[in-house]
Amino acid sequence: MSKRLPQVSGEWIDRSQPIAFRFEGRDYSGFVGDTISSALMACGVKVMGRSFKYHRTRGVLSMANHDVNVMVQDGARLNMRGDVTPLEAGMDLRAVNTFGGLAKDKARILDYLSAFLPVGFYYKAFHSPKFLVHAWEKLFRALTGLGRVDFNAPRIKTPKQYDFTDVLVIGSGPSGLSAAISAANAGAKVVVVDEQAGVGGWLGYNRGGQHDSSAILQGLLKTIAAQPNIDVRLSTIASGYYADHWVPLVDAKRMTKMRARAVVVASGAYDQPAVFRNNDLPGIMMASAAQRLIYRYAVQPASEVVVLAANTEGYRTAVNLHNHGVKVVALVDLRPEGESTPYAGAVAALGIDILVGHCIYEATPTSNNDGVRAAVICPRNAEGVVDTTVQSVLACDGIFMSVGWAPAAPLLYQAGTRMRYATHVHQFVPDVLPAGVFAAGRVNGVYDLTQKLKDGERAGQAAAAHVGLGSGPSVSVAPEAVSPSHPYPFVDHPNGKNFVDFDEDLQLKDFYNAAQEGFDNIELMKRFTTVGMGPSQGKHSNMNAIRVLAKITQKPIQEVGTTTARPFFHPVPLSHLAGRSFYPERLTPLQSRHESAGAVFMQAGAWLRPEYYGAAGVTREGAIAAEVQAVRTGVALIDVGTLGKMEVFGPDAGEFLERIYVGRYSNMKVGATRYAVMVDEAGVVIDDGVVAKLGDNHFYFTTTTTGSATVYREMTRLNTQWGLNVGIVNVTGSFAGMNLAGPLSRKVLAALTSMDVSEAGFPYLAVREGDVAGVPARLMRVGFIGELGYEIHIPATYAAHVWDEIMKAGAGFNIRPFGVEAQRLLRLEKGHIIVSQDTDGLTSPFDAAMSWAVKLDKPFFVGQRSLKILNEKARKQVLVGFAVPGSYRGPALKESHLVIDGQRIIGRITSVAFSESLGHFIGLMFIEMAQSAVGSHCKIRVDGKLVEATVVKTPFYDPEGARQKLEESA
Amino acid sequence: MPLRLLRFALNGKHSEPRMFRNHDTLKSSYDAVIIGAGGHGLAAAYYLARDHGMTNVAVLEKGYIGGGNTGRNTTIIRSNYLTPEGVEFYDASIKLWEDLGQDFDLNLFYSKRGHFTLAHTDSAMRTMRWRAEVNKHMGVESEVVGTKDIQDACPQLDMTCAGHAPILGALYHAPGAIARHDAVAWGYGRGADQRGVEIHQRTEVLNIDVKGGRVQGLTTNRGYISTPKILCAVAGSTPRVTNMVGLRTPIIIHPLQAMVTEPIKPWLNTILVSGSLHVYVSQSDRGELVMGASLDPYEVQSTRSTLDFAEGLSAHMLDMFPFLSNVKINRQWAGMADMTPDFAPIMGKTPVEGFYLDAGWGTWGFKATPISGKTMSYTLANDRDHDLIKSFRLSRFAEYELTGEKGAASVGH
Ligand SMILES: Cc1cc2nc3c(=O)[nH]c(=O)nc-3n(C[C@H](O)[C@H](O)[C@H](O)COP(=O)(O)OP(=O)(O)OC[C@H]3O[C@@H](n4cnc5c(N)ncnc54)[C@H](O)[C@@H]3O)c2cc1C
Repeated sequence: MSKRLPQVSGEWIDRSQPIAFRFEGRDYSGFVGDTISSALMACGVKVMGRSFKYHRTRGVLSMANHDVNVMVQDGARLNMRGDVTPLEAGMDLRAVNTFGGLAKDKARILDYLSAFLPVGFYYKAFHSPKFLVHAWEKLFRALTGLGRVDFNAPRIKTPKQYDFTDVLVIGSGPSGLSAAISAANAGAKVVVVDEQAGVGGWLGYNRGGQHDSSAILQGLLKTIAAQPNIDVRLSTIASGYYADHWVPLVDAKRMTKMRARAVVVASGAYDQPAVFRNNDLPGIMMASAAQRLIYRYAVQPASEVVVLAANTEGYRTAVNLHNHGVKVVALVDLRPEGESTPYAGAVAALGIDILVGHCIYEATPTSNNDGVRAAVICPRNAEGVVDTTVQSVLACDGIFMSVGWAPAAPLLYQAGTRMRYATHVHQFVPDVLPAGVFAAGRVNGVYDLTQKLKDGERAGQAAAAHVGLGSGPSVSVAPEAVSPSHPYPFVDHPNGKNFVDFDEDLQLKDFYNAAQEGFDNIELMKRFTTVGMGPSQGKHSNMNAIRVLAKITQKPIQEVGTTTARPFFHPVPLSHLAGRSFYPERLTPLQSRHESAGAVFMQAGAWLRPEYYGAAGVTREGAIAAEVQAVRTGVALIDVGTLGKMEVFGPDAGEFLERIYVGRYSNMKVGATRYAVMVDEAGVVIDDGVVAKLGDNHFYFTTTTTGSATVYREMTRLNTQWGLNVGIVNVTGSFAGMNLAGPLSRKVLAALTSMDVSEAGFPYLAVREGDVAGVPARLMRVGFIGELGYEIHIPATYAAHVWDEIMKAGAGFNIRPFGVEAQRLLRLEKGHIIVSQDTDGLTSPFDAAMSWAVKLDKPFFVGQRSLKILNEKARKQVLVGFAVPGSYRGPALKESHLVIDGQRIIGRITSVAFSESLGHFIGLMFIEMAQSAVGSHCKIRVDGKLVEATVVKTPFYDPEGARQKLEESA
Repeated sequence: MPLRLLRFALNGKHSEPRMFRNHDTLKSSYDAVIIGAGGHGLAAAYYLARDHGMTNVAVLEKGYIGGGNTGRNTTIIRSNYLTPEGVEFYDASIKLWEDLGQDFDLNLFYSKRGHFTLAHTDSAMRTMRWRAEVNKHMGVESEVVGTKDIQDACPQLDMTCAGHAPILGALYHAPGAIARHDAVAWGYGRGADQRGVEIHQRTEVLNIDVKGGRVQGLTTNRGYISTPKILCAVAGSTPRVTNMVGLRTPIIIHPLQAMVTEPIKPWLNTILVSGSLHVYVSQSDRGELVMGASLDPYEVQSTRSTLDFAEGLSAHMLDMFPFLSNVKINRQWAGMADMTPDFAPIMGKTPVEGFYLDAGWGTWGFKATPISGKTMSYTLANDRDHDLIKSFRLSRFAEYELTGEKGAASVGH
């Protein structure tokens, strides 16, 4: 049976574009412009979902994005709210959270069991006996949740954008539009957003009565059209308020991060339900929902209805309903004094019964619970006492409620607004607004249309003035004469099912019981009952919960207070928040060379580095061993361009280094290099590198690969305090670096340079500036891997050229590239540490056996005070070298294996490898001082078994360092 | 159906008594006063009354029971720490957790789910092995597992994390659990209340009276109380309270945020943590995915939310679970984490006689609620630090005797 009305002026649907869709396995049709709920209503479908806990039938409640009992799923799209989700052709929809379909939901039995499940029931049971706990949990988890995720759904990459405006107006109702116009008139650039697909808010659906709302709306829109400074964005949700007017605007396609200079919140108010038995049946809805159905979607919301009112809007709704062919059986007014405006007469003139000082005591369901059959009406006095002895039963298929509002204030709360409860409107209104945030219209407690327009004008002027435009508010707004909200629209019923929270299925008695159990302040009550924790975040339940609690505790509402409102205003998809994601990855200029040489890459911080170079038929271990062999016996080349590279210039350059590193640099000669260790204030090793002195006031130095950004940041931070006359430049990306290593490296280099590379001309630990393959270069003789070697630093743009030339020159010597793994082993054979692998969050240079690097007698360096104290203390542990006998055949030793003495942990391996050159496992370990002497034996736990090891001297390989200083003859 | 529920239905009237009494006035003196009715303060009160016979005790709470970090946390409970002293302490807590619901006769929804700390780099793998070795040594179930075990436990996880951070392995900790945070506070509160402890909500401590290096009493918004012993268990408010007695600690406050999705049908049955992606996630019995990330990188004494947090965490969630694109975030929030330099708490006696500190719980203190209550009640009753908390003494910072927990705790919770 179609409930579609004849054309309604201003309707949002496009009758020329019908849409076919499915719901719960049946075919339906609607129009472009429909939402899922409006299309279903038009097709006569009233039951659209099941509730979260008791699986009761539910239908339209608000049509305003709070109908969380009408959540539907279409394939991978889950938890779509039927009331606002635009209908699309071919949708195949199912209600979420049913077991066996909406109509036959097996879980509906829970509704009959509800007496067993009072508020907080789950805290009182299911925890013993202990062996059943898991089974209960499984049952809970089977029943819980709403939509079902489709694990095969692809990732949606949603773009994001930034935006700026002078004034952001949230809400396009009369007050929002009027604020936009007045702000724009003052010269401000204005963006208006509205979550609805159509402009006008209340003006768009509340038509009847003394104001011709569509004419007023047309007038506002005309002004706006002529005002180039106003940009109206519909179907756009202001999803949260963050510091400094930072408001994410979410639409179907993207999130726009709006930075406004001022914000006008004109977000209106949420129609609140009256609380009576069975107030959740399909067919019972907010009066505003009924009007939205009529004026936006041309749907008749019911055929015979009872209107429950406590304000003018209820009366106006009755008139509108009548005008669109709905039979209004009666208008029940909660207020003993009734309506004072001419609407009372207008309703009466239509022949509608007005029952003043009455309430709905309960709604009677149809036999199969798919709707409402009748309303039971009783007198109710000024004190709220209901006379249940006098009952009249009015047959109807709809009950429309207009008993009051709660301000749509989440954004105001998030902005830090202090709200106060204003009894003249029985709602919370802004008391103290933060700078640059303004409120207008219903959220500000202003309901009369003329006043709303004025209030918007005032707020717009104030916002413009805040950004330095115009002269501020020039209008004054008259307060409401009669409260649009009823202070206590509740009716007790011995059989309950009078719902306060529809998301969470909370009945009135749940609140009494919670208070009885001691949860009698609003925050505890929220946590115990879970009121407001559902997907609508309490938009139609928080205010009623506060009213109930005030009544129970006999406290003024102001004192009861509110709970904290947090983002988001409406839930936001992960895709919108995530955006496209951004993973910067750093590659050295030699990446293509590594790729063509068969490199297997590993991550090192943001960098990709060759772990080793693979070849067909060669294992990882084999490849690494061959690379090591090449370095030890021939010549090989490694890309070290990922090292941090810094340059300091200026008269204080030397002093600066003295302060940031633990060693001494003031006595360095130009042309020399020196190892450098950095510690933090607590004396913990945080970085190391090599410092090269290029000129009297000029140093070039390296940091670890992962440390470069933090070290640079810390250096600039420190010098902001110190004010030394020094320039610090991070040249990590401008220079490429490669280490040409092995006994034959000098021969290769000699072929490519005009420099004197003899041992005398370019000795160990020297730095030289010269040329390599025709490119200006800085070369350092370094010792990290323990063979003759040259670290060559060149401008990054020439890197590939130099690499290729070295490879060509080395071809006759069987040169090959080597990767990080080979380098790790080579340095381990030399006993060199890797900061952060062989050190941890507490390691001092003393612990790391690097006392020699620390010059405590310097005037000052970062961490000096701590190191002086630590130097006086007995040391607990120290990093030593160890070896496992060559006869060991058990499972491989690994880093982090523990050193065990009886029941105690006395140490830990930080680096370990099987050394081909030595024929046994070698490594570095932390060990307690008492066991740390060279020659001591200890036991390492390897896969549960204890393995003997001996503390040995480092370096393990070439202890005299002869190979690094290799003379020409070699 | 449990008998308990039958009783609800058959009794016409709701017969459940108050969980905590209301007290209109403060007494002029108590044997001990606990500042903060979070889990820690209430647990200390409970064990003081139950184990040490001290019942003339007041718990003062400026807001409401459990409204601090206790009621904001993501409730991950585990004991796979890095240092022997840490493992021993948190393991003792797990042992208490396991029977707590029965002790209280309250369902805490203590749910043992198993806990995976994912490793995406070889250095993370080294740390995982370190933790596993120490844990096993201490008798705690913990092991390094490969990718197959991870996939078996969570087949939906994208093991490459969108290609950005392939998972190499994980530290698996079978005892890893979650619990309903509010119920924990209520259970301790009810138990303490039943034994005579007074809990005063909306009662803020404004000043502490110290004379001759000894605690004399304190001033609240409801008047002065004299007492010889004060336990400070105020987490994110610690610096404000220690300032009242002139005590310096290295605690600084950083916001820690979290968020939840709308309810969806349960599919994630374990707890996953990724240090590299800064994500930890579990799915509650309501069906919400409960998620957190690392600390906000700056010191702020506030519980405001930031958009950056929601954006970053969402991006990382989708790297791990691309199919969640359509799932919506319902709510985000923040707590104030009391961070210490070594990621371990500060517990025990202080240089101010009668002033006991239970602080520095940062991002990890919920799991310690039972054991901190146990050990702090002992410490307060005997005026002697309990053995389990000696490594956590305040003086360790001046003594350069920090614990080495930093390596494991950074995003673990
Ligand atoms: C987002 C987030 C996630 C977390 N996740 C985890 C996790 O997964 N696992 C885990 O183990 N830990 C986690 N934590 C940490 C954990 O929540 C806390 O360490 C723990 O709850 C601290 O408990 P508490 O009782 O000490 O403090 P709180 O619960 O904060 O209680 C302190 C109380 O003191 C009150 N107070 C403060 N000042 C005064 C005063 N002057 N007078 C009176 N009362 C006062 C406060 O109002 C508060 O109620 C998380 C924390 C946050 C914020």
